[in-house]
Amino acid sequence: MTTDRDVTGREGAEAYTLRVNGREVRVAARPSRSLLDVLHDDLGLGEVRYGCGEGVCGTCTVLVDGEAVSACLMFVAQAEGHEITTLSGLASLAGDAAATEVHARGRALHPLQQSFLRNGALQCGFCTPGMILAAHALVERVGQPTREEVAYELVGNLCRCTGYAKIFDAVAEYAGAAADGTRARHVEPVSDHGSVAS
Amino acid sequence: MASVDFDYVAVSSYQEAVEALARGGEEAKVLAGGQSLVPMMNLRLVRPELLVDLNPIGAAPPSVNGSTLVLGGLTRHRTLLETATVRRHCPLLAEAVRYVGNARVRNRGTLGGSLAHADPTSELGACALALGAEIVVQGPSGSRTIPAHELFVSYLTTSLMPAEVVTDVRVPVKARHEGWGFAEMVRRTSDLAIAAAAATVVLEEDGTARHVTLSFAGVAERVVSAEDDAVRSLVGSTGDDRALGSAAAGAVAALSPSSDVHASGEYRRRVAAVLARRALRSAFDRAAEGTSDAADGAADGEEA
Repeated sequence: MTTDRDVTGREGAEAYTLRVNGREVRVAARPSRSLLDVLHDDLGLGEVRYGCGEGVCGTCTVLVDGEAVSACLMFVAQAEGHEITTLSGLASLAGDAAATEVHARGRALHPLQQSFLRNGALQCGFCTPGMILAAHALVERVGQPTREEVAYELVGNLCRCTGYAKIFDAVAEYAGAAADGTRARHVEPVSDHGSVAS
Repeated sequence: MASVDFDYVAVSSYQEAVEALARGGEEAKVLAGGQSLVPMMNLRLVRPELLVDLNPIGAAPPSVNGSTLVLGGLTRHRTLLETATVRRHCPLLAEAVRYVGNARVRNRGTLGGSLAHADPTSELGACALALGAEIVVQGPSGSRTIPAHELFVSYLTTSLMPAEVVTDVRVPVKARHEGWGFAEMVRRTSDLAIAAAAATVVLEEDGTARHVTLSFAGVAERVVSAEDDAVRSLVGSTGDDRALGSAAAGAVAALSPSSDVHASGEYRRRVAAVLARRALRSAFDRAAEGTSDAADGAADGEEA
């Protein structure tokens, strides 16, 4: 189905139905529009960030059917029929409906996000959404990755602030807790200033 | 930056792909994993007018047919990395693909796309040469099979004809007394290789080499096999260090790698000699282990 213009005013846009963060959304876009631009510009998901446009830096990482991909290297036309998850939708993957609802109002963090906060695993935060999504996919796949496995997986997510040590700590803590069930994968509400009680 | 606008068609069969490519002519490009093509489009080094997206075709899981491992062209790198069938029957590919890109590249990138892209630093390209893989392609005049050594022509250039697409890659399964080795030098994990070497060795019952292959990435305008003379010197040998060193030196003597910001050509050649020696060492050692391969397979805990 062809509509007239996309949000950039370009003619010849098609109507696409995407599943993003558990919701169905309709966008008008040329098929050549990158998934990154649709998520960031059209849908207002600021956590999906343009970094390099070459699939190298990882700041536009999203999960497609649970696996990390570079949104800058996919086109909107390729995204139909797949489940797209961005950082703000990560809580919905925790499978807790009530918590997802809390999260939908911008008031909850996924346990992995909380682990990043507790461990001081970010400074400027630009790389953080991609870092967390990539780490999440890894933990989902292997359970408790070794530090070496975490390093191998996250080498494609560039951080220029932290030097990675605290990021690895945060992932290890989350994976360990998730594995032994001490911190179930439910989502805790956070206070308005965004910090997490320890 | 984002790519220039283009028309897009998703196809559900290779036949459809070939027809769409034929209609699109020179301005049409094949989209598989998109991990090399799309960066080039985003940098506007490439401006196709039509993208033919193969992804809906999908790939059957890796399978063994007789003595051949059959891999669909759209087999993702992660599948090569994690599938027991590949690790058992073609461990060289499973190991080398660890060096390909980053996790996101491996999630999307495909074997057929990687070979058709023909990057001279391609680990999988070097492996295709060392393994004697065959590339099955479909085009307007039907299907044909291209031996790996006839596929790579030059920088990002293959012997694929217009409107031909890679449908399958056929790799001889690892023989009983066959060993393999892969070695790469890279500035940072996930970067393009400064140089890489892949090797296979098949031993006779008495422990001497019957068949040896060696190939390189990153040292020429395409992935290359070592000159016959260099590897032939190892046939009949037991692969002692001296023989390997001399074969490696012979293999790189024929190379004249170019220089770039990452490394001078001369440095690349020296590195290539070391990598060749290491890859050959691993291949001889693994071939000599022989029977322990079965134990490796059992440890996977997965059936092929």
